Formats: sequence, structure tokens, C-alpha cells
Amino acid sequence: MSDILSKLSTAIIEGNFKDTPGMAETALDEGLEAGEILNQGLMPGMDHVGVEFKAGNMFVPEVLRSARTMQAAMDIIRPLLAETGIEQAGKIVIGTVKGDLHDIGKNLVGMMCEGAGFEIIDIGKDVEPNTFVEAVKEHSPKILGMSALLTTTMRAMEQTIKALEEAGIRDSVKIMIGGAPVTQSFSDQIGADGYAANAASASDMAKEFIA
Amino acid sequence: MAKNLSTFISSKTKTVEINRENPTVIIGERINPTGRKKLLNSLKEGNYDVVRADALSQIEAGAGILDVNAGVPGVDEEPIMRAMIQALTEVTDTPLCIDTADPISLEAALSIYEGKALINSINGEEEKLESILPLVKEYDAAVIALCMDDDGIPSTPQERFAVAAKMIERAGKLGIGPERIVIDPLALTMGADHNAGRIAIETIELVVAEFGVNVTMGASNISFGMPYRAHINSTFIAMSILAGLTCPITNPLEDEVNLAIQAADLVMGRDDFGMNWIKHYRKRQKKS
Repeated sequence: MSDILSKLSTAIIEGNFKDTPGMAETALDEGLEAGEILNQGLMPGMDHVGVEFKAGNMFVPEVLRSARTMQAAMDIIRPLLAETGIEQAGKIVIGTVKGDLHDIGKNLVGMMCEGAGFEIIDIGKDVEPNTFVEAVKEHSPKILGMSALLTTTMRAMEQTIKALEEAGIRDSVKIMIGGAPVTQSFSDQIGADGYAANAASASDMAKEFIA
Repeated sequence: MAKNLSTFISSKTKTVEINRENPTVIIGERINPTGRKKLLNSLKEGNYDVVRADALSQIEAGAGILDVNAGVPGVDEEPIMRAMIQALTEVTDTPLCIDTADPISLEAALSIYEGKALINSINGEEEKLESILPLVKEYDAAVIALCMDDDGIPSTPQERFAVAAKMIERAGKLGIGPERIVIDPLALTMGADHNAGRIAIETIELVVAEFGVNVTMGASNISFGMPYRAHINSTFIAMSILAGLTCPITNPLEDEVNLAIQAADLVMGRDDFGMNWIKHYRKRQKKS
């Protein structure tokens, strides 16, 4: 592997968001394609972060730094990716459900999935079922992610899935859900496609959905 | 500096006075089915044994007030809330903190509760102020007031203070004095913003200096995503007590946080002759 690609991987893992844009530019100057930088530099770094986070060896602030670093690099190469017609893995619409203001978990999921090459459309917190429906219609994502951190707001996930069914677009997306009170059996019960216990698992699940 | 106010929370036979000169009052957080499978399943089956056991274990560990949350997904909250309060009243005279976002459950709970309850919670959102404050007044209750409003959670201590001032003013218009408002400055997660602890503590300092009100806080979120969470929680809670925190919502069964609270009380001169500290030491000795 090219030296600069492994340096980029390391920069992502270390969360070195200051130097990364310059490194991405160097990589481009050396004649590397934007796609190579993404797939062989940035994503392996983010994969490593996901594995270590899942294992309890890395912590939330470190993941946030790595994600910020990833974004800084993506800002440099994204225009070129579009130019060269390289497709990202797909779109994911994510949001925290109605009545719920917790967004750290949801943001982490967004960042990990972005690190895995997805395009994230984050529609925020306290999101009404109909707003999810509208977002799915507008963006045609492959995956919809919902977060709820309260037993009292979990029900809004079910309401959102019903709203998608009523709009006739339930089967156009894979639905993954998460949050402290959420379980696999709740996911089965409300007809979601999967439950992820943490951001790294969510990113793994997203990759499986499109595999 | 405003005078320290006393908030009185009571059951039929027992009154707890929250004041900065008294030892810290722990509001036990465990009677809440969020993230507690055993409790959740027992409530679904209409069995209140876990609720009773949770009450007794928390009181034994030092809780002065018990938070009661009846949020079971997919189940009507009101009857569960009523049954929980009845079950708790059977086994303890420890005053209760009624924790619900649903005004119907809240009113049902207040109507059967004998005493001055603590309500959890209002915030600066218009809808909350309009639906809950009249109940605070009618039932002579006290209420936890979260420093956020229709625009979300402010990012600076000054803006959070402004929300607190607005809530105190709105309550005052209904004849609810500031001694019945317990401010929650909101402790967000340091893992997502390393200033979260400082912002909460500075908010406490501002509201205490201006209004002398009592202050609560859920202090365990602050360490989410970090290693050595108990150390962060206990240091944060001790520092917050110095700033003016008087009735944190915590799990009293977590020994490390409990110790930090008791030590902070001793440091603040609120534990006469250190008797509380020594009493708890002996209790631990016996257990081990």
C-alpha cells in the first residue's frame, strides 16, 4: 500500500483532523484517485475505529474525533468522487423519533456509517413519523435508521413504520433501530429489519443490508 | 447571594427538607423501567414486587426521595402509575417524585398521593408550562424545572439561567414560590462535548446566586461513552454539590457515587460530627 494511504488510515484512527486535509491533497498530488483514497486510506482507518470501539478499546470522544477527521478528508475528495462518478455505498436517512431529544447515539451511528462509505441524511431529533415518510420519499435511501432513548418514545418507532406502510413505501427501505431501551425482540415485534446495540454494529448491519 | 430556600417534599407521615445547609438528598432513580428488563417485565405482568424491592433497597442505601416512572412501551401509563404509587405507599413513607411526561398520568398520581409530591418535570416549553404548572399549584407540589425550552437545550450557562428565570417567573405568576421550583441545569455527555460538565456547574452557580433555589441533576449521563465512569460521576457530583446541587437523581446502590456525596456533605460541614459518614462506614464493614 502507498505510504500516504497508510498515513491517512493512521490519521483517521488518531483523529488528526488538522493534518488530514493536507494529507488528502498530497495523496491527490501524488496521482492517487479519490476512490483509492476513500477505499484504501480513509475507510480502513474508520473500520479499525469501529472494531476497537466495539471491543471497548476506544471511547466516544475518540470516535467523534475520528469521524471529524474523516469528514475533513471527505471535504477534499468528495467533489472529485462525484466527478469521477464513483458511487458511495448508498443513502441512509437517520433521525431520533418523535418526543425524543437524545441525539448522541444517532450522531455516532451517522458518523460510523459515513465512515463506511454511506451518504448520511440526518433529519435530526424529535422527528414526526410523517417527516420520516417525507424524507424516504425525497431521498430514496437504502436504509432508514431510527433512534429512541426512552421507553415512552420507543412506540414512535412503531408508529413511523406504520406510517411508512400506509404510504406504501415500507418495503423500499431496510429499517434499523437502536437506543438504550430497544431490544432485538422489540425490533421483531414492530417489524423493523434489525436492531443494533451500538454505532459500530449499526455500521456493520448497514453494510450487510446492501451486500 | 440569594437566601437558601427550603423545598419540602412529604408523604402522609414524613417530610424531607431540601436545603443547602442539610445533607444532600438523594432522589433514587431505579424505579424506572427504561433499560431495566426485570422491572419492565414485572410491570407488564402487573406484578409490583420488583417496585417494592427497589424502593426498600434504595432507601436502605440512603435515598431520601424515590423517583417513580411508569413508562412501559405500548402500555397505557396511567393505571401502572397508580398501581406503582399504591404499591410504594404500602411499603414506605419515603416521599415520591412523580416522573412522567403524560399530564393524565401525572394528575392521576397526584390525586391519589397523600403528601406534597415532587413532579418530574417541566421545562421552558410553553406547552409544559401551561399543562403542568396548574397541577403543581392545585396539588401544592414542588416541581423539577429543566433548563431547556422550545428552542432546545441552550449551549451556554447564561442562556440556561435565562430559561430557569423564565420558569421561576411563570410559576410565580400562578402563586408558586421559587422554593417549590427545583432547577435542573442539565448535565449532558462529556464524551460528546468536553465542556458539558463545566456548563452544568456554571449554570448551577448562576441560579443559586440569583434565586437560592434547590438544584437537582441526573448525574450519570455525563460520563456516557467514557472509561472509568463511576470516577467521573462521583467527582462531578462532589463538585456540583459545592456549586449548589442539593438533590441529585442517582442510583444510591452505586457505592462510589454514594461515597462521593457523603464525603462532599462532610466537607461542606453538613454532616454533624461526621456521624453520617461513620454510620455508613460501619454499615459497609458489616456487609463485607
